[in-house]
This record gives sequence, C-alpha cells and structure tokens, in this order.
Amino acid sequence: MNIAVCISQVPDTSARIKIASDGKTIETADVNFVINPYDEFALEEAVKLKEKFAGSTVSVFTIGGDNVIANLRKAFAVGADKAVHLKDETPKDAAGVAAILAEAIKSHFGAVPDLVFFGKESTDFNDAQVGPMVAELLGIPAVTVVVALETDGTTAKIEREIEGGKEMIEAGLPLVITAQKGLNTPRVANMKGIMAAKSKPIETKPVSTDAHSKLSLTKLEKPPQKQVGKMVGTAAELVGLLHTEAKVV
Amino acid sequence: MSKSLVFIEQRGGKVKRASLEALSKAAALGGDVIAVAIGGTGTAADAASLGNYGATKVFAFENESLANYSANAYAKLISKIAKEESVSLVFLSATAMGKDLAPRLSVRLGGALASDCVDVKHEDGKWIATRYVYSGKAVATLELQGEINIFSLRPNVFPAVKKSDAAAEVITSVYEPESADLKTIVKEIVVSAGKLDVAEADIVVSGGRGMKAPEHFNLLEDLAKVLGGAVGASRAVVDAGWRPHSEQVGQTGKVVSPKLYIACGVSGAVQHLAGMSSSKIIVAINKDKDAPIFQVADYGIVGDVFEILPQLTEEFKKVLAH
Ligand SMILES: Cc1cc2nc3c(=O)[nH]c(=O)nc-3n(C[C@H](O)[C@H](O)[C@H](O)COP(=O)(O)OP(=O)(O)OC[C@H]3O[C@@H](n4cnc5c(N)ncnc54)[C@H](O)[C@@H]3O)c2cc1C
Ligand SMILES: Nc1ncnc2c1ncn2[C@@H]1O[C@H](COP(=O)(O)O)[C@@H](O)[C@H]1O
Repeated sequence: MNIAVCISQVPDTSARIKIASDGKTIETADVNFVINPYDEFALEEAVKLKEKFAGSTVSVFTIGGDNVIANLRKAFAVGADKAVHLKDETPKDAAGVAAILAEAIKSHFGAVPDLVFFGKESTDFNDAQVGPMVAELLGIPAVTVVVALETDGTTAKIEREIEGGKEMIEAGLPLVITAQKGLNTPRVANMKGIMAAKSKPIETKPVSTDAHSKLSLTKLEKPPQKQVGKMVGTAAELVGLLHTEAKVV
Repeated sequence: MSKSLVFIEQRGGKVKRASLEALSKAAALGGDVIAVAIGGTGTAADAASLGNYGATKVFAFENESLANYSANAYAKLISKIAKEESVSLVFLSATAMGKDLAPRLSVRLGGALASDCVDVKHEDGKWIATRYVYSGKAVATLELQGEINIFSLRPNVFPAVKKSDAAAEVITSVYEPESADLKTIVKEIVVSAGKLDVAEADIVVSGGRGMKAPEHFNLLEDLAKVLGGAVGASRAVVDAGWRPHSEQVGQTGKVVSPKLYIACGVSGAVQHLAGMSSSKIIVAINKDKDAPIFQVADYGIVGDVFEILPQLTEEFKKVLAH
C-alpha cells in the first residue's frame, strides 16, 4: 500500500502563547514546536498498516521552515520511510496548505495513494479543514474524526466519533482519514529506530507562494481576561448566586 | 444585499438546536435567508417551522438513503442549492457533521471558510469572523474575501431566536442516490444510551482526579441529572479509565461552551482550560485554594468535593422546585 501522512508542527501543548509585536503572529523564540498531537495518531496508524501489508511505504509530508527537520526525523524513528519537506516560511491558510499538499502527494506517488492520513485538527489553528479539503482536491472520499480503522487493502470499516455516539462506516480505498485520539497509542521510538532515522531520505521542495488567499488574519490577541471570581463559603450561598446574580439556573 | 444559505442538521427527524442558532445568526445579519434540510422521512414536514427562525425558503431533501449522514451526497446537495440560488454566505454549525461538511463545501464552491466561529459580523463592507486559536489561548480576527464566504459557528454561543410565527415556503426536492454519493456509507449509529453529549449540553458538571475513584462519579451524575446537564471529565480520569473519552473536555477532548460549567476536583491545567474557558459561567470546587482552575472561575468554593457535592445537589433541587 502507498500511505501518506501529513504532519504539522505546533507549539507544545504547555507552551505559553505570547503575541508578537505585529499583532498577527506569536513569538516563537521560546516555543518548542512538536508534531501536532493528532498527527501522531495518524502516523502510528500508517505505520501499523505498513507492518501489516508487506511492501507498503509510508511517506510523510509537511509544509514549514527548517524547524520541521527534527520532527521529520522523529517520524522516521517510529517507522516512516520517506519524507517530503515543502519548504515555506510564510504562513498559509488551510486552503493554501491543502492545495500544496494535494499537489505534492500526487506528484510523489505518481497517482493518488491508497490512504492519506491527517490529524483531526491542528492544535495551533484548530481549523479541522485540511484533511477533507485535500480529499476533495484528490477526488477521493474522507472520513473525519476516526477512532477505529480496519482495512483489507480494498475496503475499510471505520468508527467515527459524533456527538453522543459513533458512526460505523464502510468505505472503499483510496481514502482520506483524519485521526482522533483513541485511534491507537503512538509508540515511542527505540534506539534502532532512532539510528535508522539518520539515514532515511528527506526530499526538500520549494513552494511557490503566489497562491491568492481568500482569508486573512487581521488580528491576534489574548482572550479577554476574566475578572477575578467570587469565593463563596457554602453550597447554599453558591446556588443563591447562580440563581439571582448569574441567573443560570 | 447578501443572500445566505443555512444548513439544517437533524438527528432522528428532529432539527438540532445548533442549527437553529446558525439560522438565527444568519437572520440577524440581514438579507434573504434560505435553508437546506437533508434527511430521512419527516424532514420536509418539520421544515416549515424554520420560518419561525428567519428562513424564507427551505429546500428539503427527503430520502431514506439520506437518513444517516452521507458526506458526498450532503456536500453535493448543499453546493447545488448554493449555486442555483446564488448565495454569497453559507452557515453551518461546528458540530461533527458541520465540521466535516464545511471544508468540502469551501472546495466545491471555491469559497473562503472560517470554522468554529464565536462571532461573525459585517463591518465596512467586510465579512469578519472571530475564532479561538492555539487551543483557546488566543483569539484571531479573520477577514473573508471569497465570492462565497462560509462560516461554521460554535454551538451554544449564538442564541436561537424565535422571531415570528411565519412559516417558510418548503420546496421538497427529489433525490436519487448516485454511486459517487455512496463512497462512504454509515451502516449504523451507536448512541451512548440516553446520554446528553458534553459538547451539546447547557450545563456541564465535570470531574477530575479529585473525585478519587470511578464510583464517586455518581455524585456528579446526580447533580447533572438535577440540572438536566451532562457529565464531563478531565484527561487524567479518562486516561485512568474511569470515564469514556467521549466525555473528555480539553485540548485533546471536546471544546464546550455551556452556560454553566461546574469543575469538581479538576486542577485546571492549560489543556483542560482550552476546552472550557469559553463557558459563560464557571464554578470551581477544589480543596487547594491555589488550583489554577480558580483563575478562570466566576465562583469558587475551596473545599472537599465529597462534602460539597451532595449539599449542592440538594440546594439546586430546592431552587429548581420553585
Ligand atoms: C498533549 C496533552 C494534551 C492534554 N489534553 C488534555 C485535555 O484535553 N483535557 C484535560 O483535562 N487534560 C489534558 N491534558 C492533561 C493535563 O495536563 C492535566 O494533566 C489534567 O487535566 C489533570 O487532570 P485533573 O485536573 O483531573 O487532575 P489533577 O491535576 O491531579 O488535579 C486534581 C485536583 O483535584 C483536587 N482535589 C483532590 N482531592 C479533592 C477533594 N477531595 N475535593 C476537592 N478537590 C480535590 C486537587 O487539589 C487538584 O487540584 C493534556 C496533556 C497533554 C500533555
Ligand atoms: N503545514 C502543514 N503541513 C502538513 N500537514 C499539515 C499542515 N497543516 C495542517 N496539516 C494537516 O492537516 C491537519 C488538520 O489541520 P487544520 O485543518 O489546520 O486543523 C493536521 O492535523 C495535519 O495532518
């Protein structure tokens, strides 16, 4: 099977977000960029399938600056075979990212691969857009927010999380999957994997940046600060305030 | 003047409140508002009442093969109506279905998309959306410059406003499934029986490691029942296997914005706050007065959950009995 995994780099979840002086981006100096947590589930699922279907290849795609290299090596260390680094320093909206990825995936495999994995969303922009957009651009179906996947190489049985339950889905390959937590438990790289990662190939390609975006970010700010809350002594007092002051019950 | 299309989501023949919120927001922004309702038998019958929330026309697609969500068929039908009716705005709610559909529509319609918006406005001739980014740690203002602009709206943020008793004109359209529509088929929906989803509830009572053991969550279940709310959980208790992942609130769980969020024995780690800090009123109960959860709480009690929770349930019962 030909398997693609798209990974993005995001500030690690405990990072403090400081708005840069342009009022549109964040200060990145003290921020540790990691593989988007949902993309780790995507990568693990891809590697599991590669182990099940002999002769499969897992290729990882990422758009970003040179700080992506360390994360691509991490992806190699847990089992990815190839990596395509689409070098681009200017931030793109989801539509821009999707267009670049769809093109790169097609040209890398010479055709649409069997499975293309994404995270459910990136924890920086939380768009949840890129996966289904790439599916549309490649002309293949997508199943999003997936918590279980079983495939024989031709068809797939999938569980997708919805409000208050799950949808059980059947689909044919090729297919885009966006991974939700619960899909699997990502493995930790071992010494052998880390050593092997050093010699695996990263293909770097420049990205043309002339795509016109229909979306612009005009302002980034901290969320409004909450006023200091009231401390109360008893349950009765609390319920009274919720009833008369906050009027929520 | 702008013309808007609102996608109406329903489950088991019942329109979702989040869709009424989206419809109300579209109506409040002005212009002509049409709605598209897609589903199984009964979809059209319910559609006229959407006039109460501001829809002038409703396009209803009713077919048993549409009873369950079918991504390709739904995206095809919505974009078909959007094109035929030359709308310039499309609204969906940012539910599992809406989030799945919106990016597909944006590609099919060549539109700009802002997802999970907490505000949408039209200012100086520009369409502006506000949304949380960096898992709730920052707020972004976006300007949409598409010929069609698409917004998915965060549930529970916009009010559903019944404006009038006007019925909408319902146009029932025939739908014949084509093979391309059936590339993914929902075989079955497994619903956690009788439970309200945390992301949809008006009131969420949530528990963390401070609850000490899974069996103590009955204290939260009792309170949630009295309030008609849902039970939520921190990741620590989900990882421990005390509660299902579907209840996890936070960065790697669900984002909720109920009118009341009661956090019990939850420390308030940034990843948890990412999922609940946009709740309207936050109550925290924690025995550690320095727990970070108190920094986002509107009301706090420093104390033992095992002592306070039963009292709280009793007090709410009293107030609600009136
Ligand atoms: C990548 C990543 C993603 C994450 N995503 C999420 C997420 O989506 N959601 C999430 O919740 N977390 C998430 N976390 C985990 C998060 O960092 C915290 O570990 C977790 O939220 C802590 O859960 P807790 O508050 O239940 O437990 P603790 O931090 O252990 O807090 C327990 C609290 O209970 C109080 N307490 C104890 N006993 C009592 C008592 N008898 N009465 C009253 N109070 C009592 C204590 O004072 C303490 O404040 C994530 C972490 C990472 C690294
Ligand atoms: N810069 C990027 N490079 C590669 N993949 C990306 C990039 N940005 C987003 N993705 C993929 O798209 C998914 C959803 O991102 P988003 O739509 O931004 O929430 C992520 O989980 C990644 O799999």
